[in-house]
Amino acid sequence: MNSLILQTATRVLVALILVFSIYMLLRGHNYPGGGFIAGLIAASAFALFAIAWGMESAQSALRIPPGNLAASGVLIAALSGMLALFSGDAPFSGQWLRLTGDKTTGGISISNVLIFDIGVYLAVLGAVLTLIFALEEA
Amino acid sequence: MSWLLALPFLIPIFTALATFPARARPRLCGVLSIFGCTLLLVVTIAILVLVESNGTHAAQMGDWAAPFGITLVADRLSAVMLLISGIVGLCVAIFALSDIGKYRVKLGFHSFFQLLLAGVCGSFITGDIFNLYVWFEVMLIASFALLVLGGDRIQLDGGIKYVALNLVSTLLMLTSIGMIYGLTGTLNMAQLHISLAAVDNPAAVSTLAVLFICAFGIKAAIFPLFFWLPASYHAPPVAVTAVFAGLLTKVGVYALIRTFTLIFPNDLGFTHSILLGTALLTMLTGVLGAAAHYEFRKILAFHIISQIGFLVLGLALNSPLALAGAVFYMVHNIVAKTNLFLISGTAQRLTGSFELSEIGGIYRASPLLSTFFFIAAFSLAGFPPLSGFWAKLLLLKASLDQAAYWVVVVALVTGVLTLFSMSKIWAEAFLKAHPKDYCKCLGDIPRYERYQRLLPVALLALITLLLGLVPGPFIDYSLAAAGELLEPAGYLGAVLGLQTQ
Repeated sequence: MNSLILQTATRVLVALILVFSIYMLLRGHNYPGGGFIAGLIAASAFALFAIAWGMESAQSALRIPPGNLAASGVLIAALSGMLALFSGDAPFSGQWLRLTGDKTTGGISISNVLIFDIGVYLAVLGAVLTLIFALEEA
Repeated sequence: MSWLLALPFLIPIFTALATFPARARPRLCGVLSIFGCTLLLVVTIAILVLVESNGTHAAQMGDWAAPFGITLVADRLSAVMLLISGIVGLCVAIFALSDIGKYRVKLGFHSFFQLLLAGVCGSFITGDIFNLYVWFEVMLIASFALLVLGGDRIQLDGGIKYVALNLVSTLLMLTSIGMIYGLTGTLNMAQLHISLAAVDNPAAVSTLAVLFICAFGIKAAIFPLFFWLPASYHAPPVAVTAVFAGLLTKVGVYALIRTFTLIFPNDLGFTHSILLGTALLTMLTGVLGAAAHYEFRKILAFHIISQIGFLVLGLALNSPLALAGAVFYMVHNIVAKTNLFLISGTAQRLTGSFELSEIGGIYRASPLLSTFFFIAAFSLAGFPPLSGFWAKLLLLKASLDQAAYWVVVVALVTGVLTLFSMSKIWAEAFLKAHPKDYCKCLGDIPRYERYQRLLPVALLALITLLLGLVPGPFIDYSLAAAGELLEPAGYLGAVLGLQTQ
């Protein structure tokens, strides 16, 4: 679609939507949100980009083929579940690396839950974009 | 222990991920796929041995205790279904080396195939009904991709019908799961067994039961919900059809058996009558459809439906012998059906077509392939002493025990008609001379391709023979599995840690 208004608005909107998708991804740790919905939101940003600027621009803006993105997402999610192997827990058990504080006082920690969610984010983004790009080309 | 139960779906997922970047190199891809399938087969054997020696096993994913977390459960039924999936997976992976062209491998055939296996194995091992839905989705997405991969016109045509009806089924399944969660507050199947018995709302429970019959019935292709199956199964390459025919509809039957023995254990007055009626109609319509067709794969596709009827019959009769018959029938049928589709692929390679009127002369050109077909086809028709005979005998005995004579009549008529259409293929494709005198010998195709095509067929034929000639241990196993289904104390004990009586 060759519309100056849409193209100008898209420049701002795409950036905002992508930031919002990251916010949703991180918020999902303790509140409603998470990798799945965040991935969908990010995909909507690229879909908007494709409508405003055309398929080729959207594909080159993504830089990676969406299929690869989906596969790497599944790989990250699956591997994060395998971390439990090293601590002898059941598959997909939560593993926490505490940087500051402890369990009672809180503080900053890194967990494989977040890594799993990032994997889901990439998998959903890649899968939805594969569909959108394929439909647009057909 | 919990890792062993997770391996049946972890292995295919990681194999899928490994084959994805290697898809531009078909040979490497094939090696990875076969390696993954071999590993899966070893794991499923280990699970079967474990279950056979120690009884039902359960594992909690992520260390969340049942009924809150996702539970994986392996009892005798799950274990044997996993083993047979491992065998079919390996056989089809070998066959696919020569059947699937480079073009389709480049589009990611092996990744989707492995994903399909992950979905199938996940459905067989999960003990959580929402997780079952998730595995059904994995299976549906992978099967849709496999169905249309390559994008032939006929494939897209079949694919649209397949996806439309399967989406309806998925929607029904999700609705019923939502309702059952609303009624009981749990999704764990063992907990549902207990919680649902305490629900004092017979109308809601009956509605749910019927919804589940519809949802899984579409997947299993029972009468009158089977239309998508013959409309789509002849479209994709043979390796794809073979794994669909062997495993996909059986996952639907497995889900029916699991639901109506564990979640709705008591006959709600009419559910088992519905199942019995549909089973008989499924048997008859399937076999009549097969009798009317003259295309190799369409005949086989209609036979899938007819055989599903026998499996549901075992569930509907609801006695230990009948359920044992269903389990035995399922194993026999998966092996024979997959084999027949693989053979149809090689027959097409030799003669150039699937249309029975255009081919012939295979018996003369390749007696070995004809022998394998004979074993699989006449086992399916229930010829003694092949495996189908024992499977049908168990079901007939169970019907006679309940004095359901008309069931016996329908089953026998179906058997005769099955024999008719198998003889039709035998006479047309194998005995009759090829109309254009074109039939190649097995010796005419390259050596590697010959092995890749014959090895899986020989392996499956051997299993059919083994099931037929030494049925004792397998029938004992099926009876034990049926006992577990009807008396779920061991299952509940393993999942919820309750004391078994």
